[in-house]
Amino acid sequence: METSTGVGADLPIRSDTDLMWVRQHVRQAAAQLGFGLVAQTKLVTAASELARNTLVHGGGGRMESAPLGQGRARGLRLSFHDEGPGIPDPERALTDGYTSGGGLGMGLGGARRLVHEFSIDSAPGRGTTVTVVSWAAAPPRPREES
Amino acid sequence: MPEQEAAEQYGTPAREVGEFLRRRRAQIAQRWADESLFRTVFTVSRDEAVESGLAVVEALAAVADGGRVQDSDAAGFDVVRERLARMGASRSRAGLSTARVSTEVDALRPPAEDLLVADLPDAPERVVRDCVTTLTVLMGTLRLVVLETVLSEGQELIERQRLQLLEVATPVIELWDGVVAVPLIGTLDSARSQVVMESLLEAIVDQRARFAILDITGVPTVDSLVAQHLMKTVAAARLMGAECVVSGIRPAIAQTIVHLGLDLGTVVTRASLADALAYALRESDTGRASAGPGGSGRP
Ligand SMILES: Nc1ncnc2c1ncn2[C@@H]1O[C@H](COP(=O)(O)OP(=O)(O)OP(=O)(O)O)[C@@H](O)[C@H]1O
Ligand SMILES: [Mg+2]
Repeated sequence: METSTGVGADLPIRSDTDLMWVRQHVRQAAAQLGFGLVAQTKLVTAASELARNTLVHGGGGRMESAPLGQGRARGLRLSFHDEGPGIPDPERALTDGYTSGGGLGMGLGGARRLVHEFSIDSAPGRGTTVTVVSWAAAPPRPREES
Repeated sequence: MPEQEAAEQYGTPAREVGEFLRRRRAQIAQRWADESLFRTVFTVSRDEAVESGLAVVEALAAVADGGRVQDSDAAGFDVVRERLARMGASRSRAGLSTARVSTEVDALRPPAEDLLVADLPDAPERVVRDCVTTLTVLMGTLRLVVLETVLSEGQELIERQRLQLLEVATPVIELWDGVVAVPLIGTLDSARSQVVMESLLEAIVDQRARFAILDITGVPTVDSLVAQHLMKTVAAARLMGAECVVSGIRPAIAQTIVHLGLDLGTVVTRASLADALAYALRESDTGRASAGPGGSGRP
């Protein structure tokens, strides 16, 4: 089995240039794990949205990435972490068009639609961690009972 | 042991060097003013060179007093860091390589060392040796401080060039009479999209363009911010009387835009630049045709 060196990483998100590195890393990691072009593009775009939120709303933070293997399926988990103001009402933040700034308000909800698994861990004053998982092909199903 | 006793009337080498620097500051500064680093930076007046030299000697004395002769972050350097930065920058702007600047800073050591040795005629050999070593280390640290500033100046230069590149990398081309196009390449961040918008609007006015094509074939990621920039550009072009067509949306990007939930709304999109041009030509023909009756020039 090929190794996935370079897939795991912990990248800072402090500037626009860092956003570029995040996109670059996710694209390469996804390609290495066998993601197709569409799957890569979706994941990179989701990462771009979430990393920008970490930078703009969270005041900066970092992204951790880790390869996942479940049977033959291969996936990538990305976790965006900041210690900013937190999201008081995550459901509302996920609503398309909701923005507290001058954005389109499509980032969070859009990112959720672009990945297979999505979770927000946030509390006012404690910061925010958004974790997403995508699989190279269809997501692995829970083992069927026969 | 007389040698031992003699040594005891001296402080630590760093202290001794600090005292020496303060005692001989004027002479050191005079000699430095003749060395190429100071001489070439302060071409107008020698007094200025001496004054700068004095400031540097005093900073070195403060660093020696603090005992951290090896530390380029020592607080003593702070007062001259900007001065050194300006000197280093002036040398590298004059075309000197970093290695040459380094050599010039190095050249400040021997005159100071000569004065130091002359200043300790009765000191035991060991004390002299320790003091010379300390001064050498201190001067090495000074060199490091200067090089750090030269390198960070280089960083700024790269940043400036990057900004310039932004502008040259967004050529607006006149594709056809009344049709201008910008092939976008790379990351469409806020700075870049601002430049794109400005050059596009300018071209629309200059060329009296009725159509503007934004080709995003070379844009790797279209997220909500990029989309927002595109739509703003389209809206601004419209205000200038030109219709925008966005071309080069690759299939993977198209699918992503849909999932993201972005509504490019009223923006006209075409798969390729050629399709976009065909659209513009057809539209301008029908436009001309419908404006036809009463028009003067058309046969
Ligand atoms: N890491 C975060 N920390 C704090 N608040 C956040 C964070 N991420 C998102 N939010 C909040 O959720 C809202 C919605 O985020 P979303 O990404 O959907 O829209 P946006 O960033 O405002 O605009 P855009 O469409 O340009 O991304 C934000 O306006 C912000 O209030
Ligand atoms: Mg956002």
